[in-house]
Amino acid sequence: MSEQNINVTLKVWRQRNSQSKGGFETYPLNDVSTDMSFLEMFDVLNEKLIQEGKDPVAFDHDCREGICGMCSMFINGRPHGPKQAVTTCQLHMRSFKNGETIVVEPWRAKPFPVIKDLVVDRSAFDRIISAGGFISVNTGNAQDANAIPIAKDNADESFAAAACIGCGACVAACKNASAMLFVSAKVSQLALLPQGQPERKQRVMDMVAQMDNEGFGACTNTGACSAECPKEISLTNIARMNRDFLAAEMTAK
Amino acid sequence: MSSSKITSKIPEGNLEQKWSKYRSTVPLVNPANKRSIEIIVVGSGLAGASAASTLAELGYKVKVFCFQDSARRAHSIAAQGGINAAKNYQNDGDSVYRLFYDTIKGGDYRAREANVYRLAEVSTNIIDQSVASGVPFAREYGGLLSNRSFGGTQVQRTFYAAGQTGQQLLLGAYSGLQRQVGMGAVQMFARHEMLDVVNIDGVCRGIIARDLVSGKLERHFGHAVLLCTGGYGNVFFLSTNAMGSNVTAAWKAHKKGAMFANPCFTQIHPTCIPVSGDHQSKLTLMSESLRNDGRIWVPKRKEDAEAIRAGKLNPNQLKEEERDYYLERRYPAFGNLVPRDVASRAAKERCDAGFGVNKTGEAVYLDFAFNMKYKYGKIEATKKGISNPTEEQLKSLGHEVIKEKYGNLFDMYQQITGVNPYENPMMIYPAVHYTMGGLWVDYNLMTTVPGLYALGEANFSDHGANRLGASALMQGLADGYFVIPYTIGAYLNNEIRTKAISTDHEAFVAAEKAVQDRIDRFLSIKGSKSVDYFHKKLGKIMWDNCGMARNETGLKEAIEAIKALRNEFWNDVRVPGAANELNPELEKAGRVADFLELGELMCLDALKRNESCGGHFREEYQTEEGEALRDDENFKYVAAWEMLELGNWELNKEDLIYDNIKIAQRSYK
Repeated sequence: MSEQNINVTLKVWRQRNSQSKGGFETYPLNDVSTDMSFLEMFDVLNEKLIQEGKDPVAFDHDCREGICGMCSMFINGRPHGPKQAVTTCQLHMRSFKNGETIVVEPWRAKPFPVIKDLVVDRSAFDRIISAGGFISVNTGNAQDANAIPIAKDNADESFAAAACIGCGACVAACKNASAMLFVSAKVSQLALLPQGQPERKQRVMDMVAQMDNEGFGACTNTGACSAECPKEISLTNIARMNRDFLAAEMTAK
Repeated sequence: MSSSKITSKIPEGNLEQKWSKYRSTVPLVNPANKRSIEIIVVGSGLAGASAASTLAELGYKVKVFCFQDSARRAHSIAAQGGINAAKNYQNDGDSVYRLFYDTIKGGDYRAREANVYRLAEVSTNIIDQSVASGVPFAREYGGLLSNRSFGGTQVQRTFYAAGQTGQQLLLGAYSGLQRQVGMGAVQMFARHEMLDVVNIDGVCRGIIARDLVSGKLERHFGHAVLLCTGGYGNVFFLSTNAMGSNVTAAWKAHKKGAMFANPCFTQIHPTCIPVSGDHQSKLTLMSESLRNDGRIWVPKRKEDAEAIRAGKLNPNQLKEEERDYYLERRYPAFGNLVPRDVASRAAKERCDAGFGVNKTGEAVYLDFAFNMKYKYGKIEATKKGISNPTEEQLKSLGHEVIKEKYGNLFDMYQQITGVNPYENPMMIYPAVHYTMGGLWVDYNLMTTVPGLYALGEANFSDHGANRLGASALMQGLADGYFVIPYTIGAYLNNEIRTKAISTDHEAFVAAEKAVQDRIDRFLSIKGSKSVDYFHKKLGKIMWDNCGMARNETGLKEAIEAIKALRNEFWNDVRVPGAANELNPELEKAGRVADFLELGELMCLDALKRNESCGGHFREEYQTEEGEALRDDENFKYVAAWEMLELGNWELNKEDLIYDNIKIAQRSYK
C-alpha cells in the first residue's frame, strides 16, 4: 500500500427537495489522499463548500463500516461504485485514477423518491418487512435454542441470505427497479429455517403483494442486482422465492 | 452511605432469588388498561427494538423514534463478534454464577451485583428468543449452536453469526418491531431526532422531536419515555461508533434532572484499524473474536521496530524468538484473551516505549500465521489424511478455515488498508468503542426522573468500569426483551388513571420553544468554522487527557480547554442552510454542542475518581507492574452526577455492596 494524492473532478446530483428539479454540479477536488474512503472525500468536499458559503451535499451514511446499509451513492453508473462486494463507505480513493471525473447520483427508482441531493426515501423496504418479513413469535414463547437442530448447510445458506443490509443497491442497479433480490433474501432466510415453516406460504404472498403495491418493477432475470450487491446476495434466492410463491398461490385457499 | 437522593430499589433476598421473586410480585397493568397507556421509545437498536416490540405485544401503545432512515440502521448492527449466554452447551463449567462473576470481575468491581446477576440469568432466554425469531447463528455439523471464546473468560459461551452477530440480532429484533408496526401497535418515526424531554410536575410526560426531513418540531406525549439511545463514544470524534451516534437524548434528560453515572468509564477497544491520516472520520473495529486465533506481538528489538516503520523490514521475516508476544508474556493465564482495558493499555505501553510498527508508531501486530498453519492447518491435514504436510500445505489448508471463521473481517481489513491480512499480520491499535457510563438507573431501569427510563448502553448499570466482549448485545436485549416489560409495571400501575395529556400543555409549548430558539441560534451565528472543526478539536482534548491514561494536571487543563472551546463554538460556528429542510450540518451542530458539555463532566468525573479501575486509568494510581490500582476503601461507589447548572455538578454516591463476591485485586496472570 502506498498513499498518494490525486486530483478528481466530481459531478454530483444536486436537488433541493423532492419537489424541485435537480441537476449536476461540478466540483474539482485536489490533493485527495488515496487512503481516504469515498465518504471521507465527500467530507472534504463539504468542508470546502461550507467555507465557500455554499450548501454542502446531503448524503446518507452512518456506520461507515459497510453494515448499516445507509450509504447509497450511484457512482459512475454503478451502485456503490466500481468495486465488487463493497459499500460506498468502504470504497477507497485508491480505486480511482488521478484526473478522473467521477459522476455521483442518488439511487434512481420510482419507489425511492429523492429527499435531497443524494438522499432517497427507502421506507418501502420497511413496509415490505412489516407485511411478512418476520416469524410471529412473541417474546417469552421460545423453547430451548438447541431443541431444534438445524443442518449446518441450511443455517449457513440462511445466514448468507440474511446478510442483506437493505441498502437498495439491487433496486438501483435493476433496469426495472425490481426489489426481488431484497425480498427474496428475507423470504429465503426464513424459508430455510424450521422456525420459518408455519408462515412460509403466507409470508411470501404478503411480501410480494406489498412489493408490487410499492411500485417496484418485475424481474427479468438480468442479474444486475446480484452482481452489484455489496453483500453478494445470490440470485438463487429469487429462484427460491419464485418457487415458494408459485406453490403458495397454487395451494392458496 | 449512599446519597439520600438515589435509591437503587434492589429487591431483598438472596441474590439467586431476587429477580425471580421480584418478577412474580411486581405490580401488573391489566390488558384493558394497557391499551390506553402510551410509551415512547427513543432509539431502535437492540434495546429499543426489543423493548418496543415486546411492550407492543403486551398491549401498550408504542411510538418509536430513530434518526436514521430505518429502524434497521441502528448502530447495534455493527457489533461483530458475538453475544454471551450462560447456556453451558459446551459442558465446560459455565453457569449463571460464572457469567455473573466474570462480568463483575471484568468490570473491576464497579457494577451492581443484583443487576449483573439478573443479566446473567436472562442471558439464556435471549438466545432462545433470537433463534425462535429466525436469527441464523453459527452451527456445528450436528446442527447445534456453535460457541467461541471472548476476553476475560475461560469458557466458551459466546454465540455468533460469522463476524455479523449484531446485524443478525438487530435484524431479528427489527423484524419483530416491523411486525408490530404492520399491526398498528407501534407507530414508527424514522428520520426523527429527539431534542428534549418534557417534564410536568417533576414527572416525564413526553418529548420534543424534530422531523429531520421537513425540519418541523413535534410534541409527543407518553406515560413513560424509554431512552435506548446508545453510548457517547463520539465525544472523542474518532471512535468505532457510527457517525450519527450521539449523547443528545441522554444529555437532554440529564439537563432535565436525570443523573449521569460514571461518565468517565470509557472502553478503549484494543483491536481497531489504526488511524491513517487527518481525513479520518471514524475508526473500524476488528472483532475481539480475532483474539481467539490471532497472536498479538511487537518486535523484541527496537531496531527492528524502527526498520519496520521505515519500510525496510517485512515483519514476516522476524523469527519467533525475535517477537515479543507481550500479552502471553505478561498474562500467561489469559494470554491474548485478557479483558479489553488490559490489552489496550499493554499495547499503549509497548508503543509508548518505541516498539510500535506503523508509520505513526501507534500500532501492534495481530498475527494469524501461527494458528493458520499449526492449529487449523494441522487439523485439516489430519482430517484429509495428509501425513507430513509441507508448510505451504498447512498454510493453504488453514487459510480456508480462517476464511470461513473471519472472512468478512479480513475482507474489511483489506478494503480499508489495502493490505492482505492472510499474507501479512494485521496492524491494530486501541480506539474508543463503548461507554460503560450513562444515565443512572435503579433496578427497574428508571432514571432519577419518574417515568423516564434508560436501557442498553445508554444506562450505566451492568458493566462497571470495563465491559467484557460480547456483553453489550446481551445487555441491550436483556433490558428490552426481559427486564423492562416487567419492571415498567411498577410505575405504570399507578398511571392507569392518567389520561393522555394534551401537547398544548404549557410544558410542551415551553420545551418546544426552547428547542426552536436553540436551532435559530445555531443558524444565526454565521461564524467562520464548521461543526466538524470543533468536534475534531474536542476529540483531541478528550483523547489526550481523558483517554487511555489520565492524570490530574491533564484533566484540569482539559476542563479549561473544553470551556474555552465551547465558548468559541457558540461564537464562531458556521451552520449553513435553513431550519425547515433536511440539514445534516444543523443536526451535527446540536450533537456537538451537547458533546462540548458532556466532555467537561467526563473530565470532572475522571478527576474526582482518585483510583484506577477498568478503563479508567489514572497514572498516579498504578502498581509497580503498571496494573490499575483500585481504591476500594474510598471509591467503591457509583458516581451519579446531578447538574445544578452547566459547569456545576453535584456528586451523589451509590455505595456498591458485594455480598456474594469476594472483592479482590483483579488478576489475569
